[in-house]
Formats: sequence, C-alpha cells, structure tokens
Amino acid sequence: MNLRTSFPDGMRVTSSEQSGVGKAIVQDKTYFLQMKEHPWLSVASFLLILLFWEVVSRMEWVPPLFLPAPSEILSEGWTMLKTGLIIKHILASLSRILWGFFIACILGIVVGILIGFFSIPEAVGNPIIAATFPIPKIAILPLLILWFGIGEASKVAVIALGVFFPMVINVYTGVKNVDPLLIKAALSLGSNRTRIIRKIILPSILPMIFAGMKLGIGIALLLVVAAEMVAADAGIGFMILTAADLMQTKKLMVGLIILSLLGIFFNWLFQKLERVFIPWKE
Amino acid sequence: MKVLIDHISKVYIDRQGEVTEALRDIHFDIGENEFVVVVGPSGCGKSTLLNIIAGLLSSTSGQIIFEGARTDSRPLTAVVFQDFALFPWRTVLKNIVYGLEERGLQKAEQLEIAKKYITMVGLQGFENKYPHQLSGGMKQRVSIARALANDPLLLLMDEPFSALDAQTRTLMQYELSRIWEETQKSFLYITHHIQEAVFLGDRVVVLSKRPGQILDIVQIGLPRPRGEHLIIDKKYLEYVDVIWGYIKNQVRESLEETP
Repeated sequence: MNLRTSFPDGMRVTSSEQSGVGKAIVQDKTYFLQMKEHPWLSVASFLLILLFWEVVSRMEWVPPLFLPAPSEILSEGWTMLKTGLIIKHILASLSRILWGFFIACILGIVVGILIGFFSIPEAVGNPIIAATFPIPKIAILPLLILWFGIGEASKVAVIALGVFFPMVINVYTGVKNVDPLLIKAALSLGSNRTRIIRKIILPSILPMIFAGMKLGIGIALLLVVAAEMVAADAGIGFMILTAADLMQTKKLMVGLIILSLLGIFFNWLFQKLERVFIPWKE
Repeated sequence: MKVLIDHISKVYIDRQGEVTEALRDIHFDIGENEFVVVVGPSGCGKSTLLNIIAGLLSSTSGQIIFEGARTDSRPLTAVVFQDFALFPWRTVLKNIVYGLEERGLQKAEQLEIAKKYITMVGLQGFENKYPHQLSGGMKQRVSIARALANDPLLLLMDEPFSALDAQTRTLMQYELSRIWEETQKSFLYITHHIQEAVFLGDRVVVLSKRPGQILDIVQIGLPRPRGEHLIIDKKYLEYVDVIWGYIKNQVRESLEETP
C-alpha cells in the first residue's frame, strides 16, 4: 500500500525547491499510529494458509504421513465424531478440566481473599505460595500419582494445582488493590469487616478473578494433556499419544484441532460470562 | 444535639521515625442544624480533621463528642468524599440504599427513603445508571443522596466539589445550600475555596498552615436563603476579604519556607 497517496489532501507536504520564505502546511505526525482494521485480511490469509497446506500435502511435497491435508484431517474428524470415539475422549478430558478448574477457583478465591485481607494468613501463606509456585506442576504429577493413585484423582489434582496459583495470585493482587476510599465509604455507611469482604472486596476483585480464570484455563488444557500422556485410557492427551505411537498422523492432528477449539471456546465463554457478571465495566 | 470537637491534635510518625504534626489543639463545636465550614491552605490537615470526626482515623489526643445523640441504628456521621467514592458495581439507586441495607431496613422502606433523596438532589430518571455513565456533578449528587439517606446526625463533606469544573461547582454550591435548608441537618464542610466557604457557612473555621491551628472562627451574618444575588453583596465580599487576609499570609509564609 502506498502511504503517501493515502494521505488526506490537506495533509500533503509541500516543499519549495529553493530556500527562503514559503508556505508550510502542518502535517499530522500521529498518522502512522492510527491502526486500520483489516477484517477481510484475517480471513483471507487464514484460508490461504489452509489452501497452501492442502496443495503441499496433495502434491506430496511433504509425505502425508508427516503432514496430512486439512481436508483429510477434517474427514477423519468427521468419522471419529460419527463413531462417537472422539466424544468419549473429549468428555474424559473435559470432566478432568472442569473438576480441577472448579476446585482451584474456589480455593484460589478463598485463600486469595484471606491472605490479601488478613495479616496472619498473609504472614503464613505468602512464603508457602512463594516456595511452591515456581515448581513446574508436571513435576509434581508423579508425587500426586503416588498420593492419589493412577486414576482420576491425581489428574484432577494436578490441574487444580496448576490453576490454583494464577487464581490465588490474581485474587491476592486484586484484594491489595481495592480502592481504600471505597472501603472507607462503606465503613462510614455502617459496614463491618465481613460485610466489607462480601460487598466491597468481592465485586472489586471480579475482573481479577476473570483474568485468573482466563490464565487458568490455558494451564488446565496444558496439564490435562500432560497428565493423560503419563497415564490414562481415555482423553485427548491419551488419544494424541496413541495416535502418534501408531503413526496415525490424521488422528493426532484431529486431537490438536480439538485442543485449539476448546481453548477458543473457553475464551469466548469467559468473555460472555464477564459481560454478564461485570455489567458496570465500561 | 451538639458536636464537640474537643482539643483534637494529630501527630504522624512515619517509618523513618520522622514526626509530622498535622493538627494542633483544634477545638470548636457544631450546633444543631448548623452549617460549619473549615477553610485553610492546602496541607493544613483539614481532611485529617474530617477523617477523625468520621471515625476513619484516630486522633493523637482529644476526642469527638456528640452531646445529646440519639441511640438507634442511624449513624452519627456520613461522609461525602472529594472523589465521590461511589461503588462502581452498583447503580445509582443501589448506591443510595447502601447504608439502609447495612442497617437492615425493609426493601420497601429503603425504596421510599431513596426516592425522597433522589428527588431532593435531582436524580430522577438516573436510578438505574451505573456511576461511569454519569458526569462528575451527577456523581456527587449520588454521593450526597447516599450520605443523607442514611440520616446521619452530622454530614461531613470533604472538598466535595473540587473535582468538578468551575461552572458545575458554582451550581452545586447553590444546590447544596438549598439541600441544607431542606434537610435542617448539621453540616461540616471542608474546602480551600474561600468564596465557597462564605457562601455556604453559618460559621467559618479558619485553619493555619501545618500544623493546623484555628486562626479565627468567623460568624457569617448573611441572610438565608442564599443565592446568586449574594456574590455581589458588599457584606459577602467583606467576609471573603477578611478570610483571604488570614489565608494569604499563611500561604505566603509556607511558600517562603518550602525548601
């Protein structure tokens, strides 16, 4: 695109060949900062990449075993959907994610408020969190399997642990940043300490809770796949791993697409929920 | 009912052990239905004093006494803050009934009281708006209604109009004067704006620069109701001039001693 010709008329720079007195017209210096939107470009480029991929694969420039064509992945996915195989795996993973996520949200919110608002829990809790937070949660999985067995509990636990940290840290930060003026206002209107938590702290930190949930769901997807690859007989992670073992690249790709779709779905869901629960947000 | 501000002093000691004396021996009272204004140069501890009276800060010595106070669920004080301090997640109506909820009033009663004050401050039609949808002047009306709805013995206002533009501020002064006449409550109003102090007050307490001490208490003998006509009134201008005389010297001195 030619930037110069896309200047509005009044913005064109005129310059005089010889030095001396002339006319100077003010130019908008922020011009290049004004971001344009290209909605068609997003769609077109995405389709173009898919098309390119399809061609590469069809022409066997890359062996289909390494890179099956998008159309073939899609038809594989359709067959798996019809046989119900895929549903089984999705449900297995989803139930682990939801349980782990739910437990982590509740614990994260409660603990976050406690250590954010009360000095004794803060003194006790902060060093524990600081010490355990840096450990990669996958590294804790073997320990959790020892504790909870190889079944569902250890998988749910590792997801819960992974989601708990972003949640508790977000909530804690949220509580610390509640506008002290609002607390003063509530106190002067007759609120006591517990009412302050329910009526001022909780609504104040809702945006931070949602931010924690958005961070957490990404971690949950990561951990569910990791846990299922270690030990499981169902789930998307299990499906991907077995497909790879059997060189079923199409099936493997279907698994990846499902993970992408799940991520997009959860993001969309949280955005909708945020609208509903935070109607005062501008 | 009488509120006695009884020899209040406030000294801050920060973490480095540095001592700052904010208020020194502040002593005056506020009568029933009286509009008292505290005026002083910036940094003189006016807001500190208001927070102490509101029970949001402890004094170093002295106490706040409400003589002849009633003993029911209604609070002694309610505060209108400079930055409104509205709850952003509550609509206008929900903000106004906040204190009534905390006192455990019935829903119907809450609504009835809220309606009265919504009308008084001119917020009809805005009941279901969120604070971010309102202008500064409207926000401060909500804050005033919220404080009054809780029926305090003493309404405390901490530079309530200084976040507003000059025109809105002037109109809000007229309105506040009318609201005070309607409610017949005791008001304590804090400002650095001398004209505002004289326009609103029955008495003006003039504070010195830090540490804040009372320089004078000026009885404002201007008739009520007060309105636009007042600002060209000769007596009004004389009061303004007297108080400006005190404040001017204070500001000049603190200008010269600032490192």
